[in-house]
Amino acid sequence: MGRPAAIPYNASRRIPTTPEAMVAAEDLDHAAREGWRTDLYRVLKQHDVRHIAYVPDAGHSEALRLAEADDAMRSVVLTTEEEGIGYLAGAWLGGQRGALLLQSSGVGNCINTLSLQTATRFPLLMLVTMRGDWAEFNPWQVPMGQATEASLKLMGVQTWRADRPEDVAPLVRGAATMAFNGDAACAVLLGQRLIGEKQWLK
Amino acid sequence: MAEVMAGGPLDRRDVVRRLLEGRKDLLVVTGLGSPSYDVMAAGDHDGNYYLWAAMGSAATVGLGLAVAQPARPVLVITGDGEMLMGLGALATIAVQAPPNLTIAVLDNGHFGETGMQLSHAGRGLGLDRVAQSCGFPWTAAIREMGQVDDLRARLGAREGPRLAAIKVRPENAPRVLPPRDGVFIKNRFRHALGHAPI
Repeated sequence: MGRPAAIPYNASRRIPTTPEAMVAAEDLDHAAREGWRTDLYRVLKQHDVRHIAYVPDAGHSEALRLAEADDAMRSVVLTTEEEGIGYLAGAWLGGQRGALLLQSSGVGNCINTLSLQTATRFPLLMLVTMRGDWAEFNPWQVPMGQATEASLKLMGVQTWRADRPEDVAPLVRGAATMAFNGDAACAVLLGQRLIGEKQWLK
Repeated sequence: MAEVMAGGPLDRRDVVRRLLEGRKDLLVVTGLGSPSYDVMAAGDHDGNYYLWAAMGSAATVGLGLAVAQPARPVLVITGDGEMLMGLGALATIAVQAPPNLTIAVLDNGHFGETGMQLSHAGRGLGLDRVAQSCGFPWTAAIREMGQVDDLRARLGAREGPRLAAIKVRPENAPRVLPPRDGVFIKNRFRHALGHAPI
């Protein structure tokens, strides 16, 4: 099979020559960088997720906004992340799927309650936004951030890491598939490189 | 908290038996320890979900279940120590406001399972008042069997969430152990609701 002819649009997009083209190229780049934020919601929706239990984090804010606006999805704000494990166990008992959205620090709050998943085996899909794993300004975030993935694994949770925008949708889809088809606990860690550095000094 | 009354006059087994008497479509979630034994002692049931760990989770499991099964009354039966570990759940439940959810706290004012150490409830904290402050539309501190009957009569009414702190004697009844196989309990419960295993 011969190699297809090169399509020139790629090159022209990369090297815009007019001010309008420069703006358009920046918009495209921005959409490619930030599209993962809506991917989170879209993939959950595709897997018939009806409950979003969360302690909010900036990385989830777009997915949370879309979930709040969706009448077929129940958004449940928690006071602490482990409430979400009980909540999703109950929703599954009642026949419905959900997901837990939390920051890496909240994983620490969940440790003992993860026993509920291990003992009863229900689908527990966790989307974890990372702190303390790249370009972290606040050293107090580092201990739990560095221990997050190991802690999840110690408690029997399967984990994947997304550091690039294009990896988010396939990894969340894969985790959802294995959670809902395997009565398993599956976490996707959304890395700090993906989310971007928090701007502390403006 | 000058006046402290730890627990109260009621017998926990009598209370639970009365609450579950003649149950029809009621779904029950139990907190670990004595409440699980009390519910088992009243008779095993496909609509019972017994927790053996994850202390603090009974109320949140009940919340998720009540939201997913809005046509069924859901009753969480737990202890004061277990409820205290998940106190934030009362705020979460008040915000979601499932009308079919009732939490019955068997409040003996002690951590009965671990040697009868006095709990916060036993030192004067009123769990019903906490729930009321969070915004539960119905709360009560119960000291008489007549009030237990009143609570049972309300279980089917869609005017919750409700929380009752039922003041029971701080004593351990003989253990009546429910099954410990969590997967079995889960699948049995879901099967009773018409859901197949994965």
